[in-house]
Amino acid sequence: MLKIDIQRSMLTSEGKTDLKVCTEIQDNELLCLFGHSGAGKTTLLRILAGLTTPDKGRIVFNDMVWYDSEKKINVPSQKRNVGYMFQDYALFPNMTVEKNISFAQKEKDKEEVDKLLKLFDLEALRNQHPPKLSGGQKQRVALARALAAKPNVLLLDEPLSALDFDLRLALQHEIRKAHDLLNTVTLMVSHDLQEVFHLATSVITIKNGIVINKGKPADIFNSKSFEYSHKVEYL
Amino acid sequence: MNQDFVNTLLLTGRLASWTTIILFVIGFPIAYLLAYKRFFLKAVVEALISMPLVLPPTVLGFYMLVAYSPQNAFGRLLAEHFNTRLAFSFEGVLIASVLFSLPFMIQPLQNGLTSIPKSYRETAYTLGKSEFTTFIRVLIPNMIPSIITAAAMTFAHCIGEFGVVIMVGGNMPGETRVASIAIYDEVQAMNYQTANQYSFILFIISLLILTLIYSMNGKKKILF
Repeated sequence: MLKIDIQRSMLTSEGKTDLKVCTEIQDNELLCLFGHSGAGKTTLLRILAGLTTPDKGRIVFNDMVWYDSEKKINVPSQKRNVGYMFQDYALFPNMTVEKNISFAQKEKDKEEVDKLLKLFDLEALRNQHPPKLSGGQKQRVALARALAAKPNVLLLDEPLSALDFDLRLALQHEIRKAHDLLNTVTLMVSHDLQEVFHLATSVITIKNGIVINKGKPADIFNSKSFEYSHKVEYL
Repeated sequence: MNQDFVNTLLLTGRLASWTTIILFVIGFPIAYLLAYKRFFLKAVVEALISMPLVLPPTVLGFYMLVAYSPQNAFGRLLAEHFNTRLAFSFEGVLIASVLFSLPFMIQPLQNGLTSIPKSYRETAYTLGKSEFTTFIRVLIPNMIPSIITAAAMTFAHCIGEFGVVIMVGGNMPGETRVASIAIYDEVQAMNYQTANQYSFILFIISLLILTLIYSMNGKKKILF
């Protein structure tokens, strides 16, 4: 279980605001962070990954405290064991597809790499370098790499935003596969309602840094409050 | 070609090579700090490193001579404890050359590091890799053209260096008389043919190095 109770000041297009998130995410939950640009979704993912430090609060994964401002605990990214997939995928251009995946492993295991290559249909591309891959192929390599580290938490920052509609549909399946394989907490930033309905077990909607509501996609997006506060902006 | 001519060219190559090697070792940590870390007086450090780009070489040469003098702390320390005098020696010229070539090594390395997307480093960190492992496995391989540019620019600048060398090293054959000083010396002695030989070799070496740099810039996109 991931317990989050943090506060962090952010500079948005509408001026200075505070990101305030207090929630608990259960094991096996695939939680979607939904909100307009600058709402604080990516900042929250970065805070969980240890790449951005909150101003105050506490983050606990199972029994391990990742961050506690009062006790001055801030576990570095390297020791949180999170799989973070950036919007640009951040594949290392100097490494082949296979090397990108094996680099993520804590202990070298070629069989595991082969398994991931097969799972994400990347066997034919194993010796290719990332600049020669298409957007969809890059996304699959980035997912395979994130899984190779056997992360505690999978963090996906708009993983499908750079892809066309047909490819998005096809690759939603890959994300579901990755989540099921890890059997742990996944947080995904998305702007796409179809994507959220298809993938998420729960949704948090964030507006100007504040969590508006949390629940199952059907409950959130059919609620009156969502209709009045968000629907006009997104649909 | 007489032996003196060959020795002068070898000395020039030796000075440029050692300067490049030393700057390569000390330049990377400095470039890394400047590219990724925030610290007090960072702008002053950057300005100091860039000073040789705008400062007359004679200014640095003058201060180096002052520092090397046994009448001052650094020179006295070397003279009393190591029985060494740096003024008008190859080692003294080498130290001055390293200082004067700092921006030619550090700026390309710093630019190379900052041009690598931040997400590469952050991905490596979330995969559990240390800053050192990330530097060796991710950053260095993705900035090869910048590394070649840095090394080539440093080497090329060094073989053409005149002001600092003549201030700190004078014109001692086999010790401090590098090609650029030899050209000046030969022209003063009206040995235009020898001056031309030196000049032609420096011209060709510089042209080759700069051609290498520009061809590397073109290859940046097709390295992988």
